[in-house]
Amino acid sequence: MTEVFLLPLAVLLPLLMACCVHVSADRFARPLQWVGALGMATLVLALVAHDAPMRTVLGGWEAPLGIELVADRLAKTLLVFTLLVYAAVLLYAEGYFAQSPIEARRFRPLAWLLWAACNAAFLSDDLFNLYVTLELAGLTAVGLAALSGHPKALAAALRYLLAALLAANLFLLGLALLYGSTGVLSLRMLAAAVEPGTASLLAFVLLVTALALKTALLPLHTWLPPAHGGAVTPVSALLSALVIKVSFVILLKLWLHFAPVLDLVVLGQGLAVMGALAVVWGSLLALRQQRLKMLVAYSTVAQVGYLFLPFAWLRPGTPAAAVAFDASVLQILGHGFAKAAMFLAAGVLLRAAGRDGLEGLQGAASRQPLAVFALALAGISLIGLPPSLGFSAKWSMLQAALLAGQWPWVLLLLTGSLLTAAYVFRAIRYAFLPAPDVSELRPVPALMSYSALLLAVLAAFGGLGTATLAAWLEIEIAGWPEALP
Amino acid sequence: MSAIAMDAATLWWVLGTALTFLGLGVMLAAPALLRKLLAFNVMGSGVFLVLLALRPRGPDGVADPIAQALVLTGIVIAIASTALGLMLARRYHLATGRDSLPEDAPEGTDD
Amino acid sequence: MNTWLLAATLASSLFAGLLIFCLPERSVRLRTTINLAAALLKLACVAGMLWGTEQGQQYELRLPFLPGNDFLLRADTLGLLFMTLSAVLWLFTTIYAIGYLEGSPHRSRFFGFFSLCVTATVGIAMAGNLATFFLFYELLTLATYPLVVHRGTPKALAGGARYLAYTLGGGALLLAGIVGLQSLVGTVEFRFGGVAALRDAGDPIVLAALFALLVAGMGVKAALFPLHGWLPHAMVAPAPVSALLHAVAVVKAGAFGIVRLVYEVFGIETAQSLGVLTPLAVLAAFTILLGSFRALAQDDLKRRLAYSTVSQVSYIVLGVALFGPMGTIGGLVHLVHQGIMKITLFFCAGNYAETLGIHRVSELAGVGRRMPWTTAAFTVAALGMIGLPPMAGFVSKWYLGLGALEADMGWVLAVLLLSSLLNAAYFLPILHSAWFDPLPDGQPGTTTTAPVRNEASPALLGPTLAAATLVLAFGLLAGTAWSPLGWVERIASEAYSP
Repeated sequence: MTEVFLLPLAVLLPLLMACCVHVSADRFARPLQWVGALGMATLVLALVAHDAPMRTVLGGWEAPLGIELVADRLAKTLLVFTLLVYAAVLLYAEGYFAQSPIEARRFRPLAWLLWAACNAAFLSDDLFNLYVTLELAGLTAVGLAALSGHPKALAAALRYLLAALLAANLFLLGLALLYGSTGVLSLRMLAAAVEPGTASLLAFVLLVTALALKTALLPLHTWLPPAHGGAVTPVSALLSALVIKVSFVILLKLWLHFAPVLDLVVLGQGLAVMGALAVVWGSLLALRQQRLKMLVAYSTVAQVGYLFLPFAWLRPGTPAAAVAFDASVLQILGHGFAKAAMFLAAGVLLRAAGRDGLEGLQGAASRQPLAVFALALAGISLIGLPPSLGFSAKWSMLQAALLAGQWPWVLLLLTGSLLTAAYVFRAIRYAFLPAPDVSELRPVPALMSYSALLLAVLAAFGGLGTATLAAWLEIEIAGWPEALP
Repeated sequence: MSAIAMDAATLWWVLGTALTFLGLGVMLAAPALLRKLLAFNVMGSGVFLVLLALRPRGPDGVADPIAQALVLTGIVIAIASTALGLMLARRYHLATGRDSLPEDAPEGTDD
Repeated sequence: MNTWLLAATLASSLFAGLLIFCLPERSVRLRTTINLAAALLKLACVAGMLWGTEQGQQYELRLPFLPGNDFLLRADTLGLLFMTLSAVLWLFTTIYAIGYLEGSPHRSRFFGFFSLCVTATVGIAMAGNLATFFLFYELLTLATYPLVVHRGTPKALAGGARYLAYTLGGGALLLAGIVGLQSLVGTVEFRFGGVAALRDAGDPIVLAALFALLVAGMGVKAALFPLHGWLPHAMVAPAPVSALLHAVAVVKAGAFGIVRLVYEVFGIETAQSLGVLTPLAVLAAFTILLGSFRALAQDDLKRRLAYSTVSQVSYIVLGVALFGPMGTIGGLVHLVHQGIMKITLFFCAGNYAETLGIHRVSELAGVGRRMPWTTAAFTVAALGMIGLPPMAGFVSKWYLGLGALEADMGWVLAVLLLSSLLNAAYFLPILHSAWFDPLPDGQPGTTTTAPVRNEASPALLGPTLAAATLVLAFGLLAGTAWSPLGWVERIASEAYSP
């Protein structure tokens, strides 16, 4: 019975926290965040502990009139993922903003609002609710991107906003077309009611385009590097790890519901091809960067490409589909942890060095060993070396490609790994150079390095839990397309 | 020229589509930030029109009221987005004196 | 009992490494204690497993890892061979490194990664399936990179970059091969005779191509032509690293992988029927000769030894490629013997560099008078490499020769002979110069009556002499059941009648 309250609470608690930290004085805000974080942790654990899928109907209005919140195992996995990323980032932010209270006061409420939006998106199963959560996440992300007020950050935030607005309208247009032809908005009812045909396909393509724009898939990626690379470090971590995953998860859910009804084979191959190009192009651009945070931001462009590869193999009724689904989830988790860790570690190293170029990393292996270690571990996951989550994702992708009989993807996956290794080690090798004599090192709180290390360890060793995770999630995808909750 | 017989719904979705494309075009092409935001609103209005035009009708011919709820929500979101956009554009203008983004992507800064 | 000895063997060096990372630079005594304690603990665990296996005990550790592929550790005879070699040589190298790096910067970092490196090597030895093998294989790459670039000089970084490019590329090929193979036959767990499903898994051309892919992947680390280019440039690392890399960890891991591949993934019979053994033998033979030729031209002592490694590790691959128990015995026993001999040589090279500042072969004139013990060890090992009895190297070459005859590949005998001559060509002049040439002018004690001795410090000399003694011992005692040869004969009998 009480579980019914847990799902809305997952959205309401961060909203409440956002309001509270906004109105409270600085010295109350910090302990308040601890309380909030603990509350969220308890809540998420309670949700995970409840084994069966949970469904809450808000306000007593059943679908298609009302809104439902659904917590299947995928949603629970994503909630835990969000919790872990936020725990590390909030911890980091306390140390990061210690000298700049103004920025801290801007950061805290927006960060909690973003958490509410992410949770809401992961729990929603209704197309319009997904639109609203997408907007909420997007607008808070824009606000976070502009946090510092620096002109370059403002420009990046404006570019991000325009892309988000365009995506929003495209999404709404696709939604309008679908609603017009079926009269329902809940995803499972839509899947049942939609008529296969060009009109529905067009609507779906609009939705996919909008979400691809929000996830920064090549060639719609140009807004991402300045926004992610130019933001303050905790924001960069949140943007790269979480915000782009929100739009991607919505796309994944749409795909799982609509692929059995519409003929999405060509679209899937198209998305995968763009993903492949993103992997190569993003990696090449990352290799050319002279600044660490821009290198990490372009790395996001490349890694987003990996997210889109499984669409080539997610065909209902094929054995490759379950493996491709696992690959998507593993890539979400692996990239999220690794990229957040990488940004957080980069922030520590840049703050210690006092400048943002790669040469500022010299000697860091002995001066900031924890941060370098975190950077290296995160890099291991991005490259895809065992036993990281990134490796499990690539292993699953390789298997899915071979199961689907599309072995050329193997070449791309291996090339991508080598290119990633090239830019990761390009950054890391600076750390092993002897430190320059004149070093204006600023002290950096150890807490910041530890929060980066926490996420990096999750990324680099999470692959050991792959079998357990895959077995747990199997019920979501086994027997697809019949068994969707 | 014969009068084109059109009922209200068709008129709305034709207009809506036209507005959508108009807004889309200007949003992509116009350099000035203010014009992009205005174009976003025009495009949004177009999409709302399409939504209303296409909404399904119940068994007794009464249009589904959910569409209105959706449009209202959409309008609220559009207002919030526009407000944010205007605030950012104004701050940007105060900081740099520009009213449009530089054409090539600026590099990120450290913090 | 069955599982925790395996876990303890891994954990000893893993935790030692993690602990050492946290130690400040100046806690020398604590670091030394942890290092030695971990090395002895690991040796004890391996000895325990050896004894247990003699009693018929089975060791297995299985944890969930990937769907369909467990994290599987086992202690079978072949794995135990490699494990024992690693554990013993790690002990020697630890003692050596403590002495060699005295006063150097960043020792905590060095020994931390050193311990991780050995963890990875032992993990490779214990891996029971391809997925676990791959896990530790890539871990080895990651653990050795910081050791190669330890000095932080531009040359070190360049050598490290090249090393990574080669080994990560090899890892990519290996991964492709593993996933490809498993898509045909399902999870591959190592067992003698190969995976049963492989025999009729499909197109022999596809299987042969997968074999080639897997060999290429492992061949990078094993320095098989043309994938050996990283090895001479990795000589920029400190001598203990070169010793470990070239005697135990990286090259042996590659060779060990190829051994597992031929005997326990494909099975020697299937490999023979696929026709992949002959090309492998040719490649190995070519590498043997190429390495020896290139070694002749090198004046830098460590680079000469590096090319010698390129050549010598291919003996193992050659032995594997010869169909028949004799070839197998020759190849596998050389895994041990080459390790011992090469580590002795690198220890000596390190002694010369550390004590007298000698890096080049041309500077070795008369050094036998100044550092007699080191040069004696060098002599023993060098003679072993040439293949003279009663050194260990002679035993390996003897069996390889027998194997060549057994497999009807007479041309291999010619290769073996030629290679021994080349070995003599690049080792004998060094020995002659070291013992019989007068010391160059300007060095203290250049009179022939009483040259001043400058022998290496005990920490450096001890492991050198211990290793050299083993070279002699393995050769002299090759007939007993407890020698590497006796052990390898047991493995070979399992390989041919699983």
